[in-house]
Amino acid sequence: MTEINLSIEQKKFPKSSQPQAENIIADLNLNIHSGEFVCLIGPSGCGKTTLLNLVAGLDENYQGTIAFGAPRNDCRIGYVFQNPRLLPWRTVRENIELVLPHDTPDHTVDDLLASMKLTTVQDTYPQRLSLGMSRRVALVRAFAINPDILLMDEPFVSLDAPTARKIRKQLITLWDQQQHTVLFVTHDLREAITLADRLIFLSSSPMTIVRDVKITVPRAQRFNENQIEQFKNQLLSQYPDINHLL
Amino acid sequence: MISTASPQRAHYLAGLSLFVFILLWHGIASWLATPVLPEPIKVAEVLWSEIHNGDLLHHLGMTLFRLTLSFIIAMILGSALGILLGRTPAIDHFFDNWLIIFLNIPALVTIILCYVWFGLSEVAAILAVVVNKLPNVIVTLREGAKSLDKDLLEMAQSYRLSRKKILTQVIWPQLHPYFMAAARSGIALIWKIVLVVELLGRSDGMGFQLHLFFQLFDVASILAYTIAFITVIQVIEISVLKPLDHYGRRWQR
Repeated sequence: MTEINLSIEQKKFPKSSQPQAENIIADLNLNIHSGEFVCLIGPSGCGKTTLLNLVAGLDENYQGTIAFGAPRNDCRIGYVFQNPRLLPWRTVRENIELVLPHDTPDHTVDDLLASMKLTTVQDTYPQRLSLGMSRRVALVRAFAINPDILLMDEPFVSLDAPTARKIRKQLITLWDQQQHTVLFVTHDLREAITLADRLIFLSSSPMTIVRDVKITVPRAQRFNENQIEQFKNQLLSQYPDINHLL
Repeated sequence: MISTASPQRAHYLAGLSLFVFILLWHGIASWLATPVLPEPIKVAEVLWSEIHNGDLLHHLGMTLFRLTLSFIIAMILGSALGILLGRTPAIDHFFDNWLIIFLNIPALVTIILCYVWFGLSEVAAILAVVVNKLPNVIVTLREGAKSLDKDLLEMAQSYRLSRKKILTQVIWPQLHPYFMAAARSGIALIWKIVLVVELLGRSDGMGFQLHLFFQLFDVASILAYTIAFITVIQVIEISVLKPLDHYGRRWQR
């Protein structure tokens, strides 16, 4: 795990050299502690995915700095994309083993597959899996490398509610064990309150931080719907300006 | 109404159609009774004796040797260049015109020029075939390289996969269908060109023999050689290319 210090002055899209390029991120400063679980909440299309890509190093075309607690090359990043992005020509197990560093203990994959209830499909090709299963495989892949930083881009969107709830629990269990620094993008406030230590509310065009809120609901109470609802209402009445971001 | 055929029924129909074809051929040949259209049984006799005296095997072998060698060179070179062009827009823009020129040069012209410039040699013959096939492979693989899935490449990049892993596990499987398309159309194109190459400047091989039989008006031998050749090409298709293609698609639903 590692801390993340973001300071993005400007990020244009599609490319800063093109005339129609628009400022999509401006003056965004964010410090995330080591092992912290942070949810980014904002309207769709506001640039949250772009931000994750910047952190992942997939896009270097921006002005500003993104620093981790350790040199970038020493930090392992697990990225759970909005779509599972599994290689269709590799089995579930091969997909996970593909990204493993050499120092991974042998039982890691077996343990993770078992905890996500994927053991029986480990030799199946991804196209034969349901979306929910594919998403779980993508989660296992991200956890298996024991990442310092875990980036998650609406990983549970379009899952049915019971499945999503189940996977959220599994996510928290795994995070409890490994304590990665997590950046989790969502536009579901309840989901964010359930999972995170801290909520960052983002505005659109250009994206910048509107509110930075710590969640006070104790971890033990997180799967209690009433507590979540209560905190949500309290939040919305306290900061009416975040209403239009949801 | 459409009736669905079981696999056995399909095989039966395929066999029947071949039988009907030979029967038709026999009927027309015996009705016309001319030396320029021999009956199937006559062709079979010639085929048998040509196999027996070793001539056919020698010439067929030479042709297959040229076919294999030029096929391998064209596929390797064409894949490498195709991927390079597909992944590097600047190089692609530069060489696009060259490709169009090479695609449109008639096969006969390349063959003649190769023989004129490099002499009536084996190297010139192979080169002529490769030059004919190469642009096709490049264009096909270039399309494949252009349509690589960006999502998967980003995944590979963010998980810091090695270059080797990215090439063999992420890129190559996506190019496989394009490679197979180029390979299958390649075999079909190359063997026709090889015959012309042999006819024009070699003293062995199928093309050379066919030319000889043409001058002798020996249609039975021409047909016998054709049958032998079609059979060999079909065997390659069924025993090598189809299984390869099938293996490459095993993960598909």
